[in-house]
Amino acid sequence: MGNEAIALGAYHSGVMVAAAYPGTPSTEILNYITRFKGIYTEWSTNEQVAMEVATGASYAGVRALAVMKHVGLNVASDAFMAASITGIKGGLVVVSADDPGCHSSQNEQDNRHFAEFAKVPLLEPSDSQEAYNLMIEAFEISERFDTPVLLRSTTRISHSRTIVKTRDRIKLGRSASFNYDAAKYIMLPSLARGRRPLVEVRINKLAEYANSFPFNHVEKGTNDLGIVTSGIAYQYAKEVFPGASFLKLGLSYPIPKRTIRDFASSVERLLVIEELDPFLENQIKQLGIEVSGKKYFPIIGELDIDCVEAGIEKAGITTGRNKPTVAWTAKNLLKRPPLLCAGCPHSGFFFTLSTLAYRSRLPGKPVKTPKLVITGDIGCYTLAAYPPLSAMDTCGCMGASIGQAVGMEKAGIKENIVAVIGDSTFMHAGISGLIDAMYNQSKITVVILDNQTTAMTGHQGHPGTGISPSGEQLTCVEIELLVRGIGVEDVKTVDAFDLSSIRKKLRESIDSGKISVIIVRGECPKLVKKSDKPLDINNNLCDDCGLCLLIGCPAIQKNNSRLLIESTVCIGNSCSICKQLCPRKAIR
Amino acid sequence: MKGQNIIIAGVGGQGIIFTGNILGLAAMKQGFDIKKTDTFGMAQRGGSVVSHLRYDEKVFSPSIKKGDADIIIAFEKLEAIRWIEYLKTNGIVFINDITIPPHSVHLGTGIYPSDYEITTITSQRTDNIHILDAGASIEKSIDPRLVNTILLGFVLPYLFIEKVFLEEAIIESLPQKVAELNIEALGKGLKLAHH
Repeated sequence: MGNEAIALGAYHSGVMVAAAYPGTPSTEILNYITRFKGIYTEWSTNEQVAMEVATGASYAGVRALAVMKHVGLNVASDAFMAASITGIKGGLVVVSADDPGCHSSQNEQDNRHFAEFAKVPLLEPSDSQEAYNLMIEAFEISERFDTPVLLRSTTRISHSRTIVKTRDRIKLGRSASFNYDAAKYIMLPSLARGRRPLVEVRINKLAEYANSFPFNHVEKGTNDLGIVTSGIAYQYAKEVFPGASFLKLGLSYPIPKRTIRDFASSVERLLVIEELDPFLENQIKQLGIEVSGKKYFPIIGELDIDCVEAGIEKAGITTGRNKPTVAWTAKNLLKRPPLLCAGCPHSGFFFTLSTLAYRSRLPGKPVKTPKLVITGDIGCYTLAAYPPLSAMDTCGCMGASIGQAVGMEKAGIKENIVAVIGDSTFMHAGISGLIDAMYNQSKITVVILDNQTTAMTGHQGHPGTGISPSGEQLTCVEIELLVRGIGVEDVKTVDAFDLSSIRKKLRESIDSGKISVIIVRGECPKLVKKSDKPLDINNNLCDDCGLCLLIGCPAIQKNNSRLLIESTVCIGNSCSICKQLCPRKAIR
Repeated sequence: MKGQNIIIAGVGGQGIIFTGNILGLAAMKQGFDIKKTDTFGMAQRGGSVVSHLRYDEKVFSPSIKKGDADIIIAFEKLEAIRWIEYLKTNGIVFINDITIPPHSVHLGTGIYPSDYEITTITSQRTDNIHILDAGASIEKSIDPRLVNTILLGFVLPYLFIEKVFLEEAIIESLPQKVAELNIEALGKGLKLAHH
């Protein structure tokens, strides 16, 4: 897997400290690094902290890595910019795993711009082998040019498997020590002004180096067409034009100007094929070279062979490849969206919220005007936005639920507001929102859904669990103490599988007219396996009202118009939400 | 060495990614260049999952072009037709004969396609359709994931991968006891194919 190759490349480069916040498609990188002995790894509270931890380790002279998904770099950008101006001591590499096509993200953004913004070099692998090789190069470049390096992967690189040849781990034999150097490490305005010109000198040196960088190479083909490309787009373009001339960029910022000029003058027509923004295209145009790219290839979403073929057809180029006619497409096919799992500790809470907010309804019942505004956040629980629960009204970015709720209240909306956030997300970016709510005398209800893990990305630890990447028990930061420490007086903890208690406490908080925090606690059933006897529906008692279907539990199904519980997925009395709910007492 | 493009499709939790990894490893052992890519945004939570596996002398794109897959292996019926546009004209489709309705079907807001619709849609691309109830040949008490390996055994004669490499890949990827059960399941599937 690409992520495995990135991890192995970092290990073989002698990395000593690796920090990350989980996020698809980047998560596996730290998981793999944790398997190697002698490297300090941590799940940081958020990406900014991960960036700071890695920067600190670099200042201490060892090689360090910070790993995050694309939106993580938004969070870490302050620390990222800071590392750019100070430069580094031990090699410092930042991995950003972008998600073109939003497979598992709230947005699509091209993080290559961050390299240009921060004036640091950018490496873009096009398969697992290059991910491995470029990771090794990244540490070398970092130390040679006194700069953090951005290695940008994408879902299709991170989550594809290709063959990798590896080498041995280099032995650096360094021990950590800090060289006191105020002019380099203390960015007071007067000193920062001193560092600033060095950043320009550095990027100019890097631009020169890019011309000789071995992973910026020309593959000579026919002269009629030259293609400049990087990352996964290279693979699609090679598939479509095996015979064309290619300039394949592994170091894509700063661009190798001389190499590009030479390449452009050696071909009759120049095309840029790149995923997302016209990042290379615009830089090449700035050189005064005639080139086209986004005129033919999409700016939105993932590329694939079909996209590239459609683009070149637009560009009036023929390849002679056979194009099979697609007889039928899956346009109107029944969709299969993901669901909260059977036994999920979020289901009972969201069912309750959904009914209090007039969202879910039985078939045939009239639609009511919704009540409450529910600001949401990022995690498994965002799936509650789908029917039948439909119990979420916003979802923007990590931690946004609380700040947005405060803003709605201060704007003066009539409805009561409930902010819903998970435990890991609360630790990541919710705390400062809650402090803001407290300080500014907000009256919102904040619900922290504590499933005691970062479930969405595959059960990573976070400060609230105190679990390390290798599964060790470290210090646990207690959510209740934290919330009380901020000054919230109305703090309630409720069992995620106790429906009547959830309803009662939720009502109390919403009606209280002051700030209130409810912690809904229950373990994720995919992390802590429970093997209670599955529940069963007595079809003699069941009157088929369908209420239990509104939980959205995948175990509750309908077969030949009879309701049933799928015994292989139901976790029984460890959950029992449907049993508590059934008005006919038909579930046992 | 001539290669193939394979799509493996199913529902999150069915073991699609693992099955594809075993097949990819076997192809690599045989000396092919391989690329494999998975789309599994929220795989554990019952969404659609699909793996693209390509093996040949040299492979560039990890994902398969529409209309360029030689074989689709579907672990569930609806998922078989979801990716049918990727199949070559007259490619081969293997479908495990089980139905996992999306939740919208239970809620009454969606209708699961009938067997007739599924075969009609598939036959627009190919007449090479094999529907197999792989689960019927094992006892209920055994690990349901063996169904995947039975299906794999059934498909094996149509792949350019030799049995010995597939067995090696299984042994390398699983604990000994489980590997033995899987190799047995592979043999069972192979027997069904020869019937």
